[in-house]
Amino acid sequence: MPIKPSVGSRVFDVLNIMLLTVFAMLTVLPFVYVIAGSFATQKELLLRGFILFPTEFTLDAYKYIFSTPTLVKSLLVTIYITVFGTLINIFLTCLMAYPLARRDMDFRKPILMLIVFTMLFSGGMIPTFLVVKQLGMINTYWSLLIPGAISAFNLIIIRNFFQQLPESLEESAKIDGCNDLSVFFRIVLPLSMPAIATFSLFYAVGHWNTYFSAVLYINDNTKWPIQVLLRQFVILASGGIGDSTAMESDYVSPPEQSIKMAVIVVSTLPILLVYPFLQKHFAKGVLLGSVKG
Amino acid sequence: MFPASRAPTLLGRMVRNRWLYFMLLPGLLYFLLFKYWPMYGILIAFKDYQPFLGFWDSPFVGLKHFERLFNDPNFIVLFRNTLVLAMLNILFFFPLPIVIALMLNELRHHLFKRTIQTLVYIPHFMSWVVVVGIAYIFLTTEGGIVNDLLVYFGWEKINFLASNEWFRTIVTAEVIWKETGWGTIIFLAALSGVDPQLYEAARMDGANRLRQLWHITLPAIRSTIIILLILRLGNFLDTGFEQIFLMLNAMNREVGEVFDTYVYSVGISQGQYSFSTAVGLFKSLIGLVLVVVANHLAKRFGEEGIY
Repeated sequence: MPIKPSVGSRVFDVLNIMLLTVFAMLTVLPFVYVIAGSFATQKELLLRGFILFPTEFTLDAYKYIFSTPTLVKSLLVTIYITVFGTLINIFLTCLMAYPLARRDMDFRKPILMLIVFTMLFSGGMIPTFLVVKQLGMINTYWSLLIPGAISAFNLIIIRNFFQQLPESLEESAKIDGCNDLSVFFRIVLPLSMPAIATFSLFYAVGHWNTYFSAVLYINDNTKWPIQVLLRQFVILASGGIGDSTAMESDYVSPPEQSIKMAVIVVSTLPILLVYPFLQKHFAKGVLLGSVKG
Repeated sequence: MFPASRAPTLLGRMVRNRWLYFMLLPGLLYFLLFKYWPMYGILIAFKDYQPFLGFWDSPFVGLKHFERLFNDPNFIVLFRNTLVLAMLNILFFFPLPIVIALMLNELRHHLFKRTIQTLVYIPHFMSWVVVVGIAYIFLTTEGGIVNDLLVYFGWEKINFLASNEWFRTIVTAEVIWKETGWGTIIFLAALSGVDPQLYEAARMDGANRLRQLWHITLPAIRSTIIILLILRLGNFLDTGFEQIFLMLNAMNREVGEVFDTYVYSVGISQGQYSFSTAVGLFKSLIGLVLVVVANHLAKRFGEEGIY
């Protein structure tokens, strides 16, 4: 029998809803302001201050940044790294996770220990840099694709996911003449699509937001991904987005606010557009991670 | 006769599972090359690494670089800055996702809950460059909205981005803005497993909402909180390297330089590979000790721990 909520309980609810609404607003409004500002004229931005709807809607900022070769180039670089890198990530992670999920596999405990240890201790920036250098990856896109190819954390969660699949499925597939490889590709992978989708998003976000490894490994500024360009442009406020040679050295007049905002939007929106489609899988993915294997 | 793989000898099982070993190979190679080889490379912290001599032939110098670090006047500054930022993080950021998750959990309207969740997850997907970029747009003295407001109310402009006083506040606020919403996910997942009958029973006993929160909801996520705290302690000295690196400038280096950024500037920019590796190693070792101690304590108090 439902009990009628008391006055105290109602007050609690109203307060709770108000506070959460304020919190959500504080989270979103800065970005909404940046989006609105990117469509506003410089004059309106200066005169009106905080605007969420520009009265004079203009695409000038976007027209400008897309007319520059550097921005378009670095967007293409980022798309390439994101697509190709995520494929490598998912393929290698799942390929390694599956044998480790099989109960009849020898050595899986010691191998897992080796993997977990890398989460607690690492060689650090300089020794890793020297390895990448020694492998001849400096100034190539491989340096952004390979050194982070498998995340130990994701690997363990995916392994736990594989382990939950019913063993009888694999056994019956084997009776039908599958070997371990075809069981993996034809049964395990198709059954794991929700998990794969979630981790693809996580990996993709990582690649899209790649910044520091590019600073470390890519010296050639024609190969910069978008985030590095964004930093030059918004944080270091060096002008000359249209001219890659003027990037670091010469100080051209600082770019207008609306153009900076447009660059932020362009470098963020693509990855944000993917996320609502995958949102429903997150909680499941995180919950899987808390199940110990 | 099932399971088929219960072959008598290890060799027999390995032959039977040959495809599994084959699948394991690329991953193993990856971990050896990019995780364990750098660990081995740490040895250059005990050498005077010279690129033209190479790893093997560079002379061994023992603890020279560590002595230099501990005698370096920068050491105290680095330690203080790293520690202060880490403390601010645990004090002001760590509890927030728990509080927000508890609040979200009290919502009965499903659609409203979903909407709030969707909104507060968004910043997590932005890069640090974007977050710091937005902070710059808001805080700059040249047309930034915060300074415009200060002027509007008759105060003076504050150079937030190039000052020692504001650096820590802004860095902590950025972390809160970016990660609080996302941080709620794991607690919400833990909360979804609580048996509703517990609440029924508590209501029968006359417990109000706050009492239910205290006696049922909070204990339900206790172990999750502890595990995350241990993980946090393990990364205690990792003060969000990209973020700090992006926020640093000549004007706030005094409070902003931390071990990670120092390793970069001494190592990569100045090419002192051995010394900066020693700095990095010192930091990693403290991190490792912290995890082990925290995990031990958790187990002492009857919690599960992370390993």
